[in-house]
Amino acid sequence: MIEIKNISFSYGDNPVLKNVSFNVDSSESVVVMGPSGSGKSTILRLILGLDCPYEGDIFVDGQNICHISEKEKQEIRKKIGMVFQDGALFDSMSVWENVGFYLLEHTNLSIEEVGKRAVEMLGFVGLNAHEIMNKLPEQLSGGMQRRVAIGRSLLSTAPTAMLYDEPTTGLDPQSTENVLELITKLNRERQIATIVVTHQITDAIGFAKRFIVIIEGEVAFDGTLEELRDSKDLKVLQFLAPFRLSFNEVLRKEFFNYT
Amino acid sequence: MLTGVFRRPFYFAETKEQMYLIGIGSLYLVILTGIFAGQGFALAFSNELADFGAKDYLGRIMTIAIVRELGPVLAALMIAARVAAGITAEIGAMKSSNQINALLSFGIDPIQKLAVPRLLALMVMVPVLTIFCDVIALLGGYIIAVFLAHVSGTMYFAAVKERLIFGNLFIGIIKPIVFSFVIAFIACYKGFNAEGGTKGVGKATTESVVLSSIVILVVNFFITKIASSYLKGYL
Repeated sequence: MIEIKNISFSYGDNPVLKNVSFNVDSSESVVVMGPSGSGKSTILRLILGLDCPYEGDIFVDGQNICHISEKEKQEIRKKIGMVFQDGALFDSMSVWENVGFYLLEHTNLSIEEVGKRAVEMLGFVGLNAHEIMNKLPEQLSGGMQRRVAIGRSLLSTAPTAMLYDEPTTGLDPQSTENVLELITKLNRERQIATIVVTHQITDAIGFAKRFIVIIEGEVAFDGTLEELRDSKDLKVLQFLAPFRLSFNEVLRKEFFNYT
Repeated sequence: MLTGVFRRPFYFAETKEQMYLIGIGSLYLVILTGIFAGQGFALAFSNELADFGAKDYLGRIMTIAIVRELGPVLAALMIAARVAAGITAEIGAMKSSNQINALLSFGIDPIQKLAVPRLLALMVMVPVLTIFCDVIALLGGYIIAVFLAHVSGTMYFAAVKERLIFGNLFIGIIKPIVFSFVIAFIACYKGFNAEGGTKGVGKATTESVVLSSIVILVVNFFITKIASSYLKGYL
């Protein structure tokens, strides 16, 4: 589905990613972690073809995203749902217009039909549609905005991959839990390839089978949760150290959940 | 951006909305500018012409100055101050809050969706507003001519009509069309390239207004120069 091959990228003279490689298969859920500024979000931008690496290749559905026309990129992007950090909702549009944006832009469905589907989608992401559909994004809480953003990404031509950029950053514990439940539900029910970028390890543990740790622009770790826990890599250990207590706590919970 | 004008999809609703925002929103500015510029200009020239006993020529001078130069330039400067700032701030804010990337992720071309409707709206509304500015400025001149300079109203309008010839009208309509390109290109370019969050958007907005105002004045000079060479027989 998504294949990243030896990519290197820099913003001006500042190198961000160095020789990064990994694959994400259909229906696989992967968490990309790392400290702030390690280049995690840049990977998502590169997958969408918003930027291109100066070295290496990125293949989405077998197509090299940087060696195709803008029109072909647009077609690929239609198959990928992206939830940006802080939602990136269109602030001049109402909530239902945001959710129905793709349908309004790319289909000939009537306004009524789009509105109906937007209401259904808002219900699916756990929001009271009739209460918020005519509000502007700024009138919603952070957690609600994030869920509206997820709904907006889903109400397209059934995305085959979902990319989440720091989906829980800045949210209160209840909203964090709601958003994480939604991401997990989507991945399990719809079998959508999922990449979640986050620096909050404890949030990430619950819903992914595979973890990639990016430190200083390089892949420092790629493996399962157990392998991550047992990793002896100094950089990984340093990154995990502040979270070790809660990390073990979550692992213990996970263990009891499975047994 | 230019090729986008002829490329699908066409965003008619956005273009209409922008035409309303630019046209109606800038109308009061253009009216105020036109009336005071016309009156000030007429006042200054009526005194000078009176010294030569040529007050009856006030309408001619007003027409040439307003239709060819002052009307298009003042209207464009006012629109640049208001609209270019708005366009740059809006697009810049969208960029800094990832909304531009969100558009791209939905397979939407931001240039087509945001820049082209604004360019089209400006191409229509800047000439229309300039015509408003010209008419109001000439009426302002009429008030001064009749009530302060004691020129006959009929004489004033006859002189105005006499100079409303092809060459003057052509220059008066070409300039706002060119200025609309200047405003749209600079405002959108600065918006799409705004970097550095809120501070960056503020900086881009200021640059957008300053740069479009300067370019309008420079372009105005060159159009006048070229027109006076090639349209000599029509002026």
